[in-house]
Amino acid sequence: MSDTLDDDKPTRRDFLYITTGAFGVVGAASVAWPLIDQLNPDASVKAVSTIEVDISSIEPGSFLKVAWRGKPIYIRRRTNEEIADAEKDDNLNLPDPQKDMERVQKKEWLVVVGVCTHLGCIPIANQGEYEGWFCPCHGSHYDISGRIRKGPAPTNLEIPPYEFVSDSLIKIG
Amino acid sequence: MDTDYKYEPKNGLTRWLDSRLPLMRFTSEHVLQFPTPKNLNYFWTFGFILTMCLVTQIITGIILAMHYAPSTLLAFDSVEHIMRNVNYGWLIRYIHSNGASMFFLAVFIHMFRGLYYGSYKEPREVIWILGCIIYLLMIVTAFMGYVLPWGQMSFWGATVIINLVGTLPLIGESLTQMLLGGFAVDNPTLNRFFSLHYLLPFIIFGVVLLHIWALHVPGNNNPVGLSVQGKQDTVAFHPYYTVKDFFAYTVFLLLFCYFIFYNPNALGHADNYIEADAMVTPAHIVPEWYLLPFYAILRAVPDKLAGVLLMFGAIAVLFFLPWLDTAKVRSGRYRPIFRYFYVLFVIDCLILGYLGAQVPEGIYLFLSRVTTIYYFAFFLLVLPILGRIEKMKPMPIGISNSELSRDMVAAE
Amino acid sequence: MLKLIKIKSLILIFSVFFALSNEAYSAGGETYDLIKPGFSFEGPTGTYDRAQLRRGYQVYREVCASCHSMKQLAFRNLSQKGGPEYTEDDAKLFASEYTVIDGFDDYGDPVERTRILSDRFPNPYDSKEAAKASNNGAYPPDLSLITKARSGGYNYIYSLLQGYGKEIPEGTEISDTLSYNPWFPGNGIAMYQPLYEESVEYEDGTFASIEQMSADVTAFLAWSAEPEMEERKRLGFIVMSFLIIFVLLMFFTTTRLWKDVH
Repeated sequence: MSDTLDDDKPTRRDFLYITTGAFGVVGAASVAWPLIDQLNPDASVKAVSTIEVDISSIEPGSFLKVAWRGKPIYIRRRTNEEIADAEKDDNLNLPDPQKDMERVQKKEWLVVVGVCTHLGCIPIANQGEYEGWFCPCHGSHYDISGRIRKGPAPTNLEIPPYEFVSDSLIKIG
Repeated sequence: MDTDYKYEPKNGLTRWLDSRLPLMRFTSEHVLQFPTPKNLNYFWTFGFILTMCLVTQIITGIILAMHYAPSTLLAFDSVEHIMRNVNYGWLIRYIHSNGASMFFLAVFIHMFRGLYYGSYKEPREVIWILGCIIYLLMIVTAFMGYVLPWGQMSFWGATVIINLVGTLPLIGESLTQMLLGGFAVDNPTLNRFFSLHYLLPFIIFGVVLLHIWALHVPGNNNPVGLSVQGKQDTVAFHPYYTVKDFFAYTVFLLLFCYFIFYNPNALGHADNYIEADAMVTPAHIVPEWYLLPFYAILRAVPDKLAGVLLMFGAIAVLFFLPWLDTAKVRSGRYRPIFRYFYVLFVIDCLILGYLGAQVPEGIYLFLSRVTTIYYFAFFLLVLPILGRIEKMKPMPIGISNSELSRDMVAAE
Repeated sequence: MLKLIKIKSLILIFSVFFALSNEAYSAGGETYDLIKPGFSFEGPTGTYDRAQLRRGYQVYREVCASCHSMKQLAFRNLSQKGGPEYTEDDAKLFASEYTVIDGFDDYGDPVERTRILSDRFPNPYDSKEAAKASNNGAYPPDLSLITKARSGGYNYIYSLLQGYGKEIPEGTEISDTLSYNPWFPGNGIAMYQPLYEESVEYEDGTFASIEQMSADVTAFLAWSAEPEMEERKRLGFIVMSFLIIFVLLMFFTTTRLWKDVH
C-alpha cells in the first residue's frame, strides 16, 4: 500500500504544482491587459476620430479647412479649368506618379490632408508655382491635385479616408 | 542571522557576475534560501500582502496620473473621464481607491500581529520603528490622495485637517499658509498634494526595503516568541513561505475583488461624488474609515490644541512601544493577563473607529473619552506595569517542540 | 480562541460599514424608511432594463432637463453598450435637437451648429448664477452622478421623487418657497413637485404613473452614474470564478508542500 502511494505521489504533486503555476501565469497575464489597453485612444478620442463636414457652402474655386485627428484637412471645390489643369499633367514624369482620377472620388472635390510629406509642416493653399499648395518650410510645391511637383517632399499630399454621405455632406475617417 | 547556507555560483557566467554584482547571491541568501521559522502562522503573511498592496497602488497610481489633471477646474471631470472614457479606467481607479482601504486593513492586521507577538521587542526595535514610519507615511499619502478627486469630502477633509495645524501656537498661521500655498485649499494646494502623493509611495518603498533589511538581521519573530536555535527550527523562505504567502494573498484578493467589482463605493463617501465647492460645507465631514479612530481621539477633547496633540500623540506613542512594554517574554501566548488587555485594546480601537463617524455629542462624546483614555492607558500604564508583575505561562524550550507544549498548556 | 476573536472583530468592522449604509429618515417625529422598489440592476448579476432606461431618458429630457444638467454624459453614451443602447442614428437624432457654440467665424462671431454624437448633453443654464436666479436661489444639482452622490443612492432618489404631496406634520415649518418632502434632509426642498401623472407620454405606451416615471428616471440616473456597471459585474464574475479556483489550487499546493514539515 505504501509502495503504491510513494510511486503515485510525485506525479500527482507535479500535476498540482503545474496546474497552480499555469493558473498563476494566466492570471498575471490577464491583469496586464487592462494596464496596457488603457494606453490606447479612449472613447472620447475615438468619438471625434470620425467627422462629418457640410460642404454645401463651398463655392467653386474655394476651399474649406477643417481639423481631423489633430491635422488640417483641405476640402477643395475645383473649377472645370482646375480639373482640366490637373488631368493635363497626368502623364508627365512626376516625382510620385499618380493620375488625378486616382486621387478623387468626384472630380469636383479634392480632399487632402494638409501636412507636407517632407517634414510635417502645413503648406499654404493657392500658392507656389503650380497654384496648388506651397510649403514655406523647405519650398515644396504641390499642384491642384495635391501632387508634389517640385521641392524636397517625397510623396503627394495624403488622401484621408472619406465618403460622400450625400451631395452636401462628407464623412472623414 | 547565521545561516548554514552559502550561495555557490554554478557556472562561468554566474561566477563572473558574482564577483562584480552579487545579485544572485543576494537573492539566493535573502529571498530563496532565507531561513525562516517554520512555525509562522497566517498572520505573518501580511508582510507579503502589504508589499503587493504597495506595488499595486504604485502601478495603478502611475496609470491614473497619465489621465488625471491636477487643476481645480479639471480634476473632478478628469476623474470622471477616467471612469467613463479611458479603456478599463473604471477598473484601474476602483483598484486604486479600494486598494487604499485594503492596504490599511492589511497594515492594521500586520501591526496588531506585531503587538500581540511582541515583534517589536529586542532585538527588533528598529524594525518596529521603521514600520511606524511607513504607517505615518501611508497616512499622509492616503490623505493627500483623497484630496485629488476634488470632491466635497476631498476639499473639506483637507480644509479641516490643515486647519488643525493652525492651532499650534506662534507658527500655526504661517505654517498653515505655507502648507496651503494660499489662504484656503485651492489650486496650489491641489498641485502640491498631487506632486507629493506621487512622490511619497516611492519613499515608502525605500523605507520598506530598510524594514526588510532590518528584519533580515535578527530574522523573523514567531508565534512562540523564542529565538531560532538552529536549522531544525527553520525552513527556506522559498518555496515554503513564497507559496504560503501567495496563498494568503489570493484569499485577500477575493475580498479585494469583491469590493472592486461588486461594491466599489462601499468604503467611500457619497459626498465625494459632488464636485468641491468652497461655499458649501457637507453636513458631516468624515475622513476615510482607516483614519476614523484618530479622528475620534481628536474630537474627544474639548480643547482644539489638546485634541491635535493627542491625535499626533496616538501615533507618536507607537514609536516608544519597544521601551514601554517591560515584559521579558515576547509572545502574548504566554502572558495570560496581557491577552485580556490586548483583546480589550483591539475592541477599543474598533469602537474608536465607530465613534469617529458619529457626531461627538452625548453618549458618543462620553464613549470617545473613555476609549481615548484606554488607548493611551494601554501603552503608558498597562504595558509598563504588567510586564513587571504578570506571571507567565509555562513556555516550551524551543520552536521545534512548541506544538507539544501548546497541547500541554491547553490541557492545564 | 484568539483566532476566533480576530475573525469576529473583522466581521464587526464590516458589519459597521453595512449598518451605516442603511439609513432611516425622520420627519416631524415620523420615521420614513427609503422605498426600495427593487431595480433590475441590483445584485451581483443585475443588468439595466433597456426599455426602462429609454423611458427614463424620456422623463429626463422632457421634465428634469429644463433645470438639471448632466454634464458628464455625451450623446454617444446613449448608443454605447450597457446603456439604453439606442442605435447610433437615434442618438444622432437626439443630439441634433440641440445646438452648441463651436468656435468663431471669420468675422469673430460665434458659430452655432447642431450637436453631434461626441457633444455633451446641453446645460439648461449658462452659469451657476443664472441657474440659481431661476430657482429661488437654489442650485439644481448636476444629475450625472446623483445616485452615487447621495447616501441612500438610487433608492433615495426614487423615494424623494415620490415624497411630494404628503401632509406636513404638526410642528414642522416649511418656508413658502420650499416644498415638504420627508426624505429630503431638513424636509424643505427647493424643487417643486416635478412629476405628475402622465407628465410624459411614453413612446412605448407604458402608463406614466408617478411611480413608473420615478422608477424609470431613477434607473436612467443610476446608469448615468455607473455606465460601467454591466461590464464591471461581467468581468467581476470571471475574476471571482477564476480566483476561487486559484485559491483552492493554492490551498492544496500549500498543504501538500507543508505536509512534510514538522
